[in-house]
Amino acid sequence: MRTIVIDNFAEWRALARKLILDAVRPDEIQFADNNGQQTLFGQTINANDLDGASKSDSNTTTADQAKPLRVPREFLSLAETVGYHRSESRWNILYRTLWRIVNQTPQLLKITTDDDVLRLAKMEKEVRRDAHKMKAFVRFRKIIRDDEEYFIAWHRPDHNIVRKVAPFFSRRFKAMNWTILTPNESVVWDQQKLVYGDGVPRSEAPTGDELEDLWKTYYAHIFNPARIKIKMMKSEMPVRHWATLPETEIIADLLADAPRRVEKMIREHEGFAQTALNVIENRTELLQSLEELKQIAANCTACDLHTHATQTVFGEGPVDAKIVFVGEQPGDREDIEGHPFIGPAGQILNEAFAAAGIKRESVYVTNIVKHFKFTTSETGEPSTSGPAPRGKRRLYQRPNAREIRCCRPWFDAEWSFLTNANLLVCLGATAAKAIISPNFRITTSRGTIVESDYCPQTIATWHPSAILRTPDSTQRQTKMNQLISDLSLAKAKSDTSTSRLV
Amino acid sequence: MTDQKQKTLDGKLAILADAAKYDASCASSGSKSTRKGSAIGSTEGMGICHSYTPDGRCVSLLKILLTNYCIFDCQYCVNRISSETPRARFTVDEVVNLTIEFYKRNYIEGLFLSSGIIQNSDYTMQQLTLVAKTLRQQHRFGGYIHLKTIPGAAEELITEAGLWADRLSVNIELPTELDLKQLAPEKKKPEITQAMHGIKEKICETQSDRKAGMKPPKFAPAGQSTQMIVGATPTPDSEILKTADELYTGQKLRRVYYSAYSPIPHADSQLPGKSPPLIREHRLYQADWLLRFYDFKVDEIIVRPDANLDLEIDPKFAWALANRAYFPVDVNTANREQLLRIPGIGARNVQRILSIRRHKRIRTDDLRKLRVAWKRAKSFVITEDHNPALSDLDRDNLRYLVVPKEKQLTMFDTFDAALKGEL
Repeated sequence: MRTIVIDNFAEWRALARKLILDAVRPDEIQFADNNGQQTLFGQTINANDLDGASKSDSNTTTADQAKPLRVPREFLSLAETVGYHRSESRWNILYRTLWRIVNQTPQLLKITTDDDVLRLAKMEKEVRRDAHKMKAFVRFRKIIRDDEEYFIAWHRPDHNIVRKVAPFFSRRFKAMNWTILTPNESVVWDQQKLVYGDGVPRSEAPTGDELEDLWKTYYAHIFNPARIKIKMMKSEMPVRHWATLPETEIIADLLADAPRRVEKMIREHEGFAQTALNVIENRTELLQSLEELKQIAANCTACDLHTHATQTVFGEGPVDAKIVFVGEQPGDREDIEGHPFIGPAGQILNEAFAAAGIKRESVYVTNIVKHFKFTTSETGEPSTSGPAPRGKRRLYQRPNAREIRCCRPWFDAEWSFLTNANLLVCLGATAAKAIISPNFRITTSRGTIVESDYCPQTIATWHPSAILRTPDSTQRQTKMNQLISDLSLAKAKSDTSTSRLV
Repeated sequence: MTDQKQKTLDGKLAILADAAKYDASCASSGSKSTRKGSAIGSTEGMGICHSYTPDGRCVSLLKILLTNYCIFDCQYCVNRISSETPRARFTVDEVVNLTIEFYKRNYIEGLFLSSGIIQNSDYTMQQLTLVAKTLRQQHRFGGYIHLKTIPGAAEELITEAGLWADRLSVNIELPTELDLKQLAPEKKKPEITQAMHGIKEKICETQSDRKAGMKPPKFAPAGQSTQMIVGATPTPDSEILKTADELYTGQKLRRVYYSAYSPIPHADSQLPGKSPPLIREHRLYQADWLLRFYDFKVDEIIVRPDANLDLEIDPKFAWALANRAYFPVDVNTANREQLLRIPGIGARNVQRILSIRRHKRIRTDDLRKLRVAWKRAKSFVITEDHNPALSDLDRDNLRYLVVPKEKQLTMFDTFDAALKGEL
C-alpha cells in the first residue's frame, strides 16, 4: 500500500484522476493530510514528488490528461466541499466513491442510503454548516491605525474552511479592511485581494469594541422572556462558539430574570376589564328601543368616569332623525342637568343650527363619551375621589383613548337604532378620529363629506367649544362661519339623499 | 423610565427593540443577488442567523421601531396609544448609523424597520422609506432591508419603499374581520388586503417586465410576508389557516408568520393574561408547511370537530389517524402525492426515496438511514422487508403506541412547558 500526502482539494483531484486512469484500486492506496507528521505504515510519497516521478518514468502524462474521464459534476462539487472537512479519512472515501462511480455504479450518488454516499453527505453537511456558522458568528472588532479603520475577528471553525468562506466576506465587506484569524489559518482583505497566512492564537486578537455594549442592549431587549427555548438556542448557536460571541455573556442574567418578568407581565395590566359592550350584552333582553338603551346606559360602570360624574348623558333627538351629531363628551352643565349640548357650547351649536336652517328638535345629538371627565386640582391631576368639593371649579379634561374605546359601543348601539339617518356630523377632533380615522385632522380635512364605517356621508367640523376657546375674535368668527357652512352642506346633502346607503 | 435614559442611544435602542420584538418575522432570505454598486453588504439568497436569543429565535436583522409613539389603539399591541409604556423616537440618521455599524461588525444581515404611526400614515411611511433610501444611496448599503408598510399609507409611497427594500410586509394581525373589529377597530381588513394586493401587482409587473427583456428597477425582490397573532381571540385554527391559504394563493405571499399572543408589559385588561400558546403556534407552522409543500387542503388538515389542530400530535399524523383507509402506502410503488401523506416522512425524503427507487428496492434500513421518523411511519408504510399488520392500523390507541403519552411535550424545554398556560 502507498500513502500519499495531500495538501488541498486541487492536488487530490489531479492525483485521483491519474490514479483512476491508471486503474489503481482504492485498497492499493492511502491518502494523508500534510500535517508534518510521518505516517506509521508503508511508504509516504508527497503528491508533488509523485507527479514529478510519473513525469520522468513515463511519457503518458499528456496522453493521460487528454483521456476522457467522465465524472458527474455533482461528485466534483461534493468532493470539493468534503475536502475542507478535518477528517483525514475523507480523501480515501472520496477516492473509493470515485472508483465505484467510474467502475461500478455510475449513478451511485443517487443512492443516498449507500454507506459511502451517506458518509460523504454527512461530511458535506458538516462543512456547509460550519461555513454557514462562520458567516454568522465572526464578530469583527474595530481598531484605528493611521486614521484608517481595520476590522479584526478571531473565530474557531470546526473544519478547515477559511478559504471556502473568505470570498464570501470579500463580497460582503468589499469596502472594508478586514482580517479573520483562526487557529489554523488567517486571511486578510485590503479591499483588493485576499491574502492567506498562518493561524494565530486568540490572544493576538483585539479584546473589545465600543459597539459591543449597544449590541448587548439590543440582544437583551429583542429577547422575549415569555418564550424560553434554551435547547433550540444551543443547537443553533453551539456553546463552543460562545467564547467569541460578546452577547452570550448576558444569557445567564437574562434567563435568571425571565420568570419574574413573565409573572409581572401576567399579573399587571392596564385599562378597564370591561367596555360598554359587556354592559349592553348582559342586558340584550331589554334592547327593544333607543329609550331602553338609554336606561341601561344610565347605570354604566364600564370605565372609571362614572365614579366622579353626576350621571350618564345620553344622546337626544327623534329616532327617525336624518342628521346625527356626535361630539366628544358632556360638559359641566350637561353633567348636572343630564342633557347633551345645553351649556355654553350648546348655545353656539344652537346658533349655528339656526343659521344653517336646521331644527334642533329634528336632529339627534350625542357624544362619543357619555360621562363628564374633569379635574378639580390646579395641577391638572385627575380627580381621584368623589364629586367636586364645594367651591372648587370642575376643569374639563380630554377623555383618553381607553375611555373612548370603552364608551364607544354606546354610540354604536345608538347608531343601530337611528336607521333613518343619512348624514353623520362629527363635532371636533375626538369624534372625527373615533368615527372616521385616527389619521383625521380637523384643520386640514373638515367640511368635506367622506365615507366612514358608520355612514357613507360623514362630515367633520369644529367643536363648538373650540370656537368658544378661540381668543381672537376674527378667528373666532371665521371658525363660526365655517361651522355654519359645514352644517349647511350637511343639511343640503341630507335633504337631497333619501336614506342611508350602507 | 426617565427622560435622561430616553435621550441616550442605548436607552432608545432598549425601548424600540423591546417594542419590536413581538413581530415574529426575522427572515433575511429571498433576495438572490446583491444590489449593483454596493460597497458594504450583500444578499446572496440564503439568510444568515447571526445569533440566537434564549427564546430560541434567531437574530438576523436589526429589528426595531423608528418610534413607538402611535395614534392607533390596537389592544394586543404594547405600543397602542392607550398603553403606559415608555416612548422613544429614533432620528433617521440614528437608525442608519446603527445599522451600518452593527453590519460592519457582522452582527446582522440588515434592518427590519417598522414604526408606530406618528402624525399620520403617509408621514410615517415616508420616514421609514427615508431610512432605506439613505442606507442605499449615501452608504451604498447592499444588505437586507425589510420595511413594514404602514396601514393606510398612499400607494405611491409604498411603491417608493419597494425600490429600496428587499421585502415589504403588511401585517394582517388577526385572522378574521371580526377579530380585527374587536381588537384593532382602526385597522380594516379591506385596507390591509388592498395594500398587499398593491405590492403583489407591483412585484408581478416587475417580474413580467424582466421576462420581457426590460430592466426595471428592483422592487421588493424578496417578496412580501405577513404576521397573524394567534390566541388573542377565540378564533379556531381552521379560520387562521383559511386566511393564510387565501394569502398564499390570492396575494402570492412568501411567508405567513404565526405569532402566539404573548403577554406584553402594560397589557390591556381585556386580553388573556397567560403565557403564549407556543405549541399551538408550532402546530400552525406545521400545518402551514402541509399547505405549501405537501399538497394538503385546509379542510383536510382540520380533522377535529372543534376546528382546531390537535396539540398532542403533528397535523400530518393526525390526518393519517383520521384517514387510515389510505394506508399502508408502499414506498416502492406509491407516487409522490401518496408518499407525501406518510407521517414521519418529509418532503425532501420523498424526493430521495423517488430517486433511490430507480436504482434499488427500498428497505426499512434505507428509511432509517434517511432518518425517517420510523416510530410514526412504521404503521403506515410497506417496504421491501416490512409490512405492518393491518390490525395495527385499526387499533384505537395507535396514537399512543406511536407517541407515548409522557413523551409528547419533549419538543420544548421543560422550563418552557412549565411556563405555558395551555397544556
